[in-house]
Amino acid sequence: MPHATRKWEVYPGRNRFCCEGRIMMAKQVGIFYVTVGLIVATSCTFFIFDCPFLAVKITPAIPAVGGLLFTFVLATLFRTSFSDPGVIPRATPDEAADIEKQIEVPNSPNSPTYRPPPRTKEVVVCGQVVKLKFCFTCKIFRPPRASHCSICDNCVDGFDHHCPWIGNCVGRRNYRYFYSFIVSLAFMCVFIFACAVTHLVLLTRDDKPFVDAIKESPASVLVAIICFFSVWSVLGLAGFHTYLTTSNQTTNEDIKGSFTGKRGQEKINPYSKGGVCANCLFILCGPMPPSFIDRRGFVTPEHSVVPSSELVQAPCATSFASVQGNSEVRILNNGKGHVTVSVSNSTSRKQAQLGSHQETKCPEVDPVVSLQPLSTLSASSLQLLHERTMINTDLDLDSLDESASSNPCHLHLESASITSSQTGLLHPLVPRYNDL
Amino acid sequence: MASKKKQTTPTDDFSARGAPSPPTQKVFIQRDYSEGTQVRFQPKFPSELEGKIEREKFEYTLNTLNEVYAEAEKMSCSSCCEGCFACLTAYLLYCCSDTHFEKCLKKVAKFIIEQNERVYVPRGLLIIDPVERGLRVIEICIFSDNPASTPARNN
Repeated sequence: MPHATRKWEVYPGRNRFCCEGRIMMAKQVGIFYVTVGLIVATSCTFFIFDCPFLAVKITPAIPAVGGLLFTFVLATLFRTSFSDPGVIPRATPDEAADIEKQIEVPNSPNSPTYRPPPRTKEVVVCGQVVKLKFCFTCKIFRPPRASHCSICDNCVDGFDHHCPWIGNCVGRRNYRYFYSFIVSLAFMCVFIFACAVTHLVLLTRDDKPFVDAIKESPASVLVAIICFFSVWSVLGLAGFHTYLTTSNQTTNEDIKGSFTGKRGQEKINPYSKGGVCANCLFILCGPMPPSFIDRRGFVTPEHSVVPSSELVQAPCATSFASVQGNSEVRILNNGKGHVTVSVSNSTSRKQAQLGSHQETKCPEVDPVVSLQPLSTLSASSLQLLHERTMINTDLDLDSLDESASSNPCHLHLESASITSSQTGLLHPLVPRYNDL
Repeated sequence: MASKKKQTTPTDDFSARGAPSPPTQKVFIQRDYSEGTQVRFQPKFPSELEGKIEREKFEYTLNTLNEVYAEAEKMSCSSCCEGCFACLTAYLLYCCSDTHFEKCLKKVAKFIIEQNERVYVPRGLLIIDPVERGLRVIEICIFSDNPASTPARNN
């Protein structure tokens, strides 16, 4: 039975998916493992070395409270790290074409100094003018409070920040989990620190020197030191986000000073619900939209894109054209008679860069993953390629190979007729290659 | 957790009714941010739909959609209690049941299917559920051939 492709397998952003698309994180998760390791190791040390003593000497409620806090911290951490932060799906080709039609381009597309104009749109939100920026990658005008995360390559609704400690963005959908995580972690740090210090102090009863107490329970010292250094940053972060929550701001807006006018004058925050309690209630308990990227849905012909894993690159002799929508076509010649035509979901930010640069050298590319002759592209990939680009995939490899050494970039444009089936997005870029 | 959505898009459903497959034109109704970031679409009647559908029917559809979305994002007592209880259970509650927002989106989906069957498809139009576009736009497909003459319709 042929494998039915789910949408997470062809997702265009830079994310990592686990458990068949149920878990979504950023690509780099090394620091997330450090976070989990630190929390689990410190807590386990506390439960093994401090809790038995304190449960007997003071109250059994201490390990119970510690256990509850530990469970809550881990649950909220995993919830924050594994959920969709509020990614806004990229525009469909038709939607992107419609937006392009509405935007006037004053420069001639064939001009050598053509530069796509910065695209913004002004809307009035609760009586305040807000500028919406056009995202070249996602081909949308970002809604208010949305921002594009360059690490994950996604537009995120209510974007707060990208947190490497949790291995994910913090956005509208997972901010409440993030806030719960840092507040509960702050409580737990203080709790464990206090318990560890209490343990050491109780050991010094009966005029025992402190050094003996340390020798008797070195784990308590270790736990106390870790918590002491952690509590400053965690408590500070929890306090900062409490301020943001009460004023209904994101970290992104606070850093940019979106609601701080010139000379310290304050702009009104149009998103505020009026009061501290109302803002807290809205952010922490308010309505939460579901994930819109439907990662476990199946890919239909309307949404089919070639997975980025099929992108192969050579360290030199590359030229590339770009098509509208989510796909980018690369035509590569490694000078050995292999011409690879690959379609990937690379960021179309490169399209804007191409529009403004007169590069003659080939851009730096990642190290070679593999070289794949045309014939090994799957039938669906070739079909998609043909439909999207009208490139004749029956390229004459021998004629290409002869001229490859002279000017491979120029050569590819002569042999491949590239047209865009739907928009003029490609056209400003195609003539450029003749200049190379 | 199995995907709750159908594998086919509404466009595929339309094709199954015997209509020509690709739409000739698409109209996009954008979001209205004048009252904040809550979900609301501009009720302005697009010029591309002149002569294809009555203005009142279109406005009824838009206004009903906006009302359901407003209900989805309303800070009512029940939604606050739901949020507080979810927090106390370390948000494990969200794994067990649909949120208020999701229930409202299901209402929207049913409404759009009903409107398509009764009003839009007979006029050669098709509304795409905005949730399929991330609640960014309402996409209305315009088909050149009127499928009202096809025998596939049950109404």
